[in-house]
Amino acid sequence: MREITIPISDDVLRSLHVGEPVELSGVMLTGRDAVHKWMSETFIKKTREPHGDDLQVYEEISKYLYQGVLYHCGPVVSGIDTGQYKFVAAGPTTSTREEPYQADVMKHFNIKGVIGKGGMGAKTLQGCVDTPGVYFHAVGGAAAFLALTVQRVLGVYKLEEFGVPEAMWVIEVKNFPVVVTMDAHGQSKHSLLDESSGKVLDDLLSRPF
Amino acid sequence: MRDITNDILELIRRTSSSLPKDVEDRLRASIQQEEPGSAARGALETILKNIELARANSTPICQDTGTPIFYIHYPEGWSTRRLREQVRAAMAEATKRSYMRPNAVDAIYDKNTGNNLGGDDFPYIHFEEVDPDQPVVIELMLKGGGCENVGAQYSLPDNKLGAGRDLAGVRKVVLDAVQKAQGKGCAPGILGVSIGGDRGSSYIKSKEVLFSEMGTRNEDPKIAELEERLTRESNEMGIGPMGFGGQTTILDTKITGMHRLPASYFVSVSYMCWAYRRRKMVVRGEEVEYD
Repeated sequence: MREITIPISDDVLRSLHVGEPVELSGVMLTGRDAVHKWMSETFIKKTREPHGDDLQVYEEISKYLYQGVLYHCGPVVSGIDTGQYKFVAAGPTTSTREEPYQADVMKHFNIKGVIGKGGMGAKTLQGCVDTPGVYFHAVGGAAAFLALTVQRVLGVYKLEEFGVPEAMWVIEVKNFPVVVTMDAHGQSKHSLLDESSGKVLDDLLSRPF
Repeated sequence: MRDITNDILELIRRTSSSLPKDVEDRLRASIQQEEPGSAARGALETILKNIELARANSTPICQDTGTPIFYIHYPEGWSTRRLREQVRAAMAEATKRSYMRPNAVDAIYDKNTGNNLGGDDFPYIHFEEVDPDQPVVIELMLKGGGCENVGAQYSLPDNKLGAGRDLAGVRKVVLDAVQKAQGKGCAPGILGVSIGGDRGSSYIKSKEVLFSEMGTRNEDPKIAELEERLTRESNEMGIGPMGFGGQTTILDTKITGMHRLPASYFVSVSYMCWAYRRRKMVVRGEEVEYD
């Protein structure tokens, strides 16, 4: 299987196409609902004043996200009391909840890859074209397996404020398996399947009971 | 009554880390239907590896350890108040041991409690008194948020789908729910369907029916046939594991009926992801048996 190293260059990125399975290695950041809302309101739309350690966290995560990868994941982590963090279970969460924010977040931080499950919509697909970036689909629920690809936990941001599942965890992964399901050329496996399964549904609905 | 907190803790560990055999067998069988080298087959292979790893290491199968749903059948003489305390103590300890992710978030103040205890409703506990000579039976289901989010409730008639107040209409709305879910509920999934009730009881019943084993059919042959037909027709849509495209979208469908008001006709669909975590323990005196 093809291996991709993070950070990802635009050349490598553009060579990725829908349907291709790849393995990712390098440092990535987790972020889900609370993180996207916080990023959007505080730094992109600026409808909320930064407070607490917001600005410092922003500066540090920006380094990881530049040409980097954001993983929609709310992990189970052991060692919360001691600070000896270990990823115990770390599969992807449903990405579509970040649809309102994702394209802007990708462009703002120059994120090259978003990992999640279930795919995303038209706005994010356009974000993949514009940034450019891709959407990587991980196997939902395969949390024990995917946690084993996490070599080290390098740090965590907003743990107290957002809680374990919603915090931003900086992790180093090796051979993290994904499938490209939305690419920088405007192709989406999800919209194709939505359309084809919709046609089958219409046919099924027209059949006599 | 004796303290069974530690036994409940073991039930939680088993439920979170060890998928029931009937589910695993069904997943294993479905691999043959997917083309070698396809993303669908790759996903199923990863799923099976993950099931083995989680069981061997006592780690959660899925990081979303879900809504804990307990059904407790207790004979006369047991205190539901104390059973509730013991379930809650076991849940907090299971979270400490990383069998469970802290999953209870206050919806108004947006704060995670950190121990899976939230108000009176988290974890969800249903009590049912049984005859005095019966053992205590505790069933636990962990239902993740991804699949919960793609659940759907329809109020029939549904004009857009041309679904009337009969089984033909039920079939239409269930197929619509499967198409709308795509791979987002972590397909291949299992459908729990309840017909009737009010909005609340209907949804609860659509989850209760998921406590039965794979392949359990409704006693009414007409409904049993509809269950099988819905599984078959859902798979015709080609959504496949994870929505990668493929033959395996739905593994099984379970339908149950309730009484309804003359004015209402609800159909509730609870979508269960492939990580179909449900386990049972039976307490007879000092002895505890797990399934």
